[in-house]
Amino acid sequence: MSVLQQPPVVPVPEPAEDEGARRRLLRSLAEGELSALRVVLMLALIWMIFQVQEERFLSSANLTNLILQITSIGLISVGVVLVLLLGEIDLSVGAVSGLCAGVMAVLTVRHGWAPVPAIGAALALGCAIGTFNGFMVVRFGIPSFVVTLAGLLAWQGGLLYVLGSTGTVNLPPGPITDLAGTFYGAAAGWAIVAVAVAFHTLLAVRRQRRRAAAGLPSAGMARVVAGSVLLTATLGAAVMVFGADRGVPLAALILVGFVALFSWLTEDTLFGRHLFATGGSVEAARRAGIKVDNVRIVVFALCSTMAAAGGVMAASRLLAVNQSSGGSDTLLLSIAGPVIAGVSLFGGRGRVWAALLGALVIGSISNGMDLLALTSSVKYMITGAVLLVAVTIDALARRQRNLAGRH
Amino acid sequence: MERFVAKGVSKSFGAVEALVDVDFEVDAGEVVALVGDNGAGKSTLIKAISGVQPGDAGEYWFEGEQVEIHTPLDAYRLGIATVYQDLALCDNLDVVANLYLGSELRASGIGGTLRVLDEIAMEQHTLELLGALSVTTLSSVRTEVGSLSGGQRQAVAIARSLIGEPRLVILDEPTAALGISQTAQVLALIERLREQGLAVVVISHNLANVFHVADRIVVLRLGRRAATFDRRTTPQDDVVAAITGASMPRPELLLGPDGTAVSL
Ligand SMILES: Nc1ncnc2c1ncn2[C@@H]1O[C@H](COP(=O)(O)OP(=O)(O)OP(=O)(O)O)[C@@H](O)[C@H]1O
Ligand SMILES: [Mg+2]
Repeated sequence: MSVLQQPPVVPVPEPAEDEGARRRLLRSLAEGELSALRVVLMLALIWMIFQVQEERFLSSANLTNLILQITSIGLISVGVVLVLLLGEIDLSVGAVSGLCAGVMAVLTVRHGWAPVPAIGAALALGCAIGTFNGFMVVRFGIPSFVVTLAGLLAWQGGLLYVLGSTGTVNLPPGPITDLAGTFYGAAAGWAIVAVAVAFHTLLAVRRQRRRAAAGLPSAGMARVVAGSVLLTATLGAAVMVFGADRGVPLAALILVGFVALFSWLTEDTLFGRHLFATGGSVEAARRAGIKVDNVRIVVFALCSTMAAAGGVMAASRLLAVNQSSGGSDTLLLSIAGPVIAGVSLFGGRGRVWAALLGALVIGSISNGMDLLALTSSVKYMITGAVLLVAVTIDALARRQRNLAGRH
Repeated sequence: MERFVAKGVSKSFGAVEALVDVDFEVDAGEVVALVGDNGAGKSTLIKAISGVQPGDAGEYWFEGEQVEIHTPLDAYRLGIATVYQDLALCDNLDVVANLYLGSELRASGIGGTLRVLDEIAMEQHTLELLGALSVTTLSSVRTEVGSLSGGQRQAVAIARSLIGEPRLVILDEPTAALGISQTAQVLALIERLREQGLAVVVISHNLANVFHVADRIVVLRLGRRAATFDRRTTPQDDVVAAITGASMPRPELLLGPDGTAVSL
């Protein structure tokens, strides 16, 4: 006789041991549903500060620039989020983005490859490098910190090697530079908003219906409507801002598209569940029969592939690949962004949307400081301070959890 | 026919004889407590039965049929589920996700091809399962397991072991870290498993709990099966004596492997 075939008795919800409304609010701000809100508030604050100092900051021209500036970092951050969810780190993303962009540039400019195969080659190289990283971590148990630190050096060398003595490859106008240089008019923008909102609403309604049909508590239609309104407002505002300048950038669509894709992958699929489980407790995941080694290798492969995509995007915007591509602060910013936006460095907690929000925060700070013509020294110190605050919040949230977990 | 029988299980670690020719049996709808001092071999026996660490020797019968247990998968396929003392839960996932960890349900149709999770079915079954076990202290099955109390976590771990519809459930120290009321919850849960007709093995150092929940008590001492008692007719002191080896238990209380009183 099976336990599962017992008549369903829905457990009576008892008032759970109360942890106090204030602590619950703090906790949800730190890690729960409200962590996104926290980042949005942080972003609003940053925007206000810069707007007060420099009125060009919130102009549509500058906001469009901001989006173009963060696409590359945002794409790299998407991969970084996956690795962070695993509780690992990838320090080679900057170098990999540079190397892959370099390979793409050299293949198109010097070897006459068509743009699409060249981009494909860049992504494939990223994937191969990531697979190698994952393999080293899994097979030899080397900490990912060390494997990717070695990669950071080696792939930087790889970039210098493929660029050769000239040190720079300029990209002629074409499909590659169009990635960052294409803008769509207002009509197309509104059409995209309509499709996105309709799609989102349809899915949300279907989900609520099915939950209700299954007798499960559902959030209710009010919540669905509120979500759709919020989405419409956000996207609509974006289209209006972009429309007042050059139009909706293709780059923004690519970034949001990848974020949405990986959001779905991590939150709705088997792979995502196994990724979170592995990041939460490797041992528990292993004993549950999850092939944790495969999960790890795939995640490292995805991370480096996204780094390559970010490199392609950066090359497209700067119209060239040179020796400093993917260097300087690419790595730090692409890791700092998700961490600021609430992805835990300790694994198992965070959302892919943090890549976008984090890139916006980091990008706004950097863009605003450029507008104010601050020196690099000040810029680095301020960015570092913001990162430190964010990591401290993460550590505090974690300690809070450990206390609350009572074990 | 007993649901599960082990005969002649032995295991040594170098010079240490952790198990010497141990027989063990548990029937459907029966709770057997496995007791013994530290290092008596309880965990080693459980690990052999659950395939985690196969014994050096030993034969197993499941529902009258001789079977081989070499890996955890062998045990799982037979319907043997083990709840380890450390529970092996993912604190960052909710109750539903933990219950179905490693055996997630997938959506049908194109969603299945894309390996999309069927959250609704999993949540529904979780509610049914917890309902059948009368677990009522969870306010929501979407709560993160890391924020649950020790008793609730234990309940989740036990419920989790039932997802594969096992027929023998082994619990290693299920109440060791729990307070009085949470211990009572877990013991009630164990009784619920017995009512469902499962064979249940419980390892515990707490004789009060053992006497509360077990039908039979098997004592291991220095890797050997020292004694077997019927809970209803045995005073606690006799079990203590068998565990410590202080004296031979009173013969009229001893049971043979077939469950009948031994006449000496
Ligand atoms: N992996 C191992 N390597 C070496 N010796 C081991 C190993 N596992 C168990 N032993 C030894 O086997 C004996 C039985 O250990 P076991 O863990 O089965 O005891 P136990 O009855 O579960 O004790 P406790 O109540 O402390 O959990 C002990 O002497 C122990 O030291
Ligand atoms: Mg033990």
